[in-house]
Amino acid sequence: MARIKAPVVVTANDLLSGEVVYLDASHRWSAELSAAKVFAAIDKAESELSAAFNEAEVVGAYLAEVTEGALVTPKHYREGFRHKGPSNYFHGKQTVQGAEVAA
Amino acid sequence: MYSYQEFDRTFVRERVGQYRDQVKRRLEGALTEDEFKPLRLMNGVYLQLHAYMLRIAIPYGTLSSRQMRQLAFIADKWDKGYGHFTTRQNIQFNWPRLIDTPDILDALADVDMHAIQTSGNTIRNVTTDQFAGAAIDEIADPRPYAELIRQWSTDHPEFQFLPRKFKIAITGAVEDRAVIRAHDIGLQLVEHEGRIAFKVFVGGGLGRTPVIGQELVDRLPAEDLLPYLEAVLSVYNLAGRRDNKYKARIKITVGAMGIDVFRAKVDEAFQRLRKVFNGQDLAILGDIQKGFEAPEFVEKSQDAYFDALDNDSGFREWVERNVSAHKHPSYASVTISLKGHGDTPGDASSEQMRAIADLAERIAHDELRISHEQNIVLPHVAQADLPGIYKTLQAIGLATANIGLISDIIACPGMDYCALATARSIPIAQDIALRYADREAEIGHMQIKISGCINACGHHHVGHVGILGLDKAGVENYQITVGGSAGNDAAIGEKMGRGFSVDELMPALDRLIEAYLSLRLNKDETFLAAVKRLGTIPFQEALYVVDQAA
Repeated sequence: MARIKAPVVVTANDLLSGEVVYLDASHRWSAELSAAKVFAAIDKAESELSAAFNEAEVVGAYLAEVTEGALVTPKHYREGFRHKGPSNYFHGKQTVQGAEVAA
Repeated sequence: MYSYQEFDRTFVRERVGQYRDQVKRRLEGALTEDEFKPLRLMNGVYLQLHAYMLRIAIPYGTLSSRQMRQLAFIADKWDKGYGHFTTRQNIQFNWPRLIDTPDILDALADVDMHAIQTSGNTIRNVTTDQFAGAAIDEIADPRPYAELIRQWSTDHPEFQFLPRKFKIAITGAVEDRAVIRAHDIGLQLVEHEGRIAFKVFVGGGLGRTPVIGQELVDRLPAEDLLPYLEAVLSVYNLAGRRDNKYKARIKITVGAMGIDVFRAKVDEAFQRLRKVFNGQDLAILGDIQKGFEAPEFVEKSQDAYFDALDNDSGFREWVERNVSAHKHPSYASVTISLKGHGDTPGDASSEQMRAIADLAERIAHDELRISHEQNIVLPHVAQADLPGIYKTLQAIGLATANIGLISDIIACPGMDYCALATARSIPIAQDIALRYADREAEIGHMQIKISGCINACGHHHVGHVGILGLDKAGVENYQITVGGSAGNDAAIGEKMGRGFSVDELMPALDRLIEAYLSLRLNKDETFLAAVKRLGTIPFQEALYVVDQAA
């Protein structure tokens, strides 16, 4: 796998629901990518990842590349699907983030 | 159908209780995720892209109406009102919360179902012909043997930590509808000197190293089935590689050892194990077989059936496509297509599940099957009842007459759900079905199978046209194979060349299909027959004509 490049966010799945979550600036896990803290340096992101990671809350935390602009958007399509939800039903984050995801 | 005994019920309830405690300990922090993960997987609970996923075993694809209604109940109460039927004849729920999974397993236990051994390096759900017990070309019903294997393999202490997962498929018919030669072990019931025997294939499998299974023995007496299977598993358990998961399936073991050496080792183990089986397995088989006796077929007036055939072209087309011959002359087997044009292959809503359960209970001897092609089957239907069934299916959006046609696509969940996927499968299947909806009768029999990664859950290798979704430098890319087959002439499709982007894929398929239509001898020559006659080069040239022009 290609080496990950900044900017990145920290993402995981919520332990109880499995929902995709992102680490925010307050070291809390948010369901919104727009709330995620964007790291400009990989080493900083990795250190915050290990500091913030709490197995009682989330599963499988890792760094995901993003593109910064008017909105923070996932760089790889896999992360795009995690962010948007599946393409066959509006069962994922589309249900609560329609405007942002549609954009 | 096989009915659970008190032993089965106690065993399943105890497993749910153990799992409930494991979830509790995970939520309390007494178990780490590393400790908990194998435990949840042993109970069918995966973590996918957007949520947890629960994979529920449907043994040899057989369900009662009561069980189907319970799946609908689970879909409504704990999921999003639908379920996804898989190529393993199982069902998956894509959105359960971890905390609810013990309650779901309890609800399954209420109807004699579970999710045990739907993951892990164990013997998985045994699959079979969706028309078992009904097919006109059947030598004997394979389901009692499948049930015997289920009982033998469930929680078998020696086979809980195999080098890799292990899949067994069995057919009792002349035509292989269970893709037996793409399984670790494939069993074909044959008749020999008036007795039931098995032709045993070993080392088949798809995934990153697709292999068609080789014949291990041509006439294994039926009474030797379990000791022989145990011999195969024992040899694999010792010789299978555990250092590299990509080399750990039995197909690699057989390939490295050679079929003759492997057979000799199995025979040696079999001679030892045969003495251990003291006939108890045969006594159990006898009890099991009582649960699979054919229903009492009823003779009914067929006037309405023939009248509908004469006067309703939609019904006639549906009968032609979706209704199969039954061993009883006035009965038929109905395949309910879960491939409506533009729908997600294999998905059924809770409302549809209940309506199908009602149909099965009222007029189809209370039996349902799930096919590996991700459709639902009513195996025993009086022809007289076909018009009524067709009308009910029309009302719930499940009367699509497309079995065996281009829109009857196998597709894995792909990157819309699966954490392992490298590209999406579902939207590709939807696009193909919609694109050719008006031409599928003209195109005729064509099996398209789509996988969203190299693990090949969508069986792309054995599709007449296989589509494999990959990640090419951060962009979804689709490789096409041609000439695969899942039937008696099982074959791995030939890779045609470079992959196509999403935008390139449909035009490429257009060229492929137009080439077939122009090259076929007549309408009766199927796509696969044309490929066999002509080879793949004309189809390869059609796919890549754009490259040649550039």
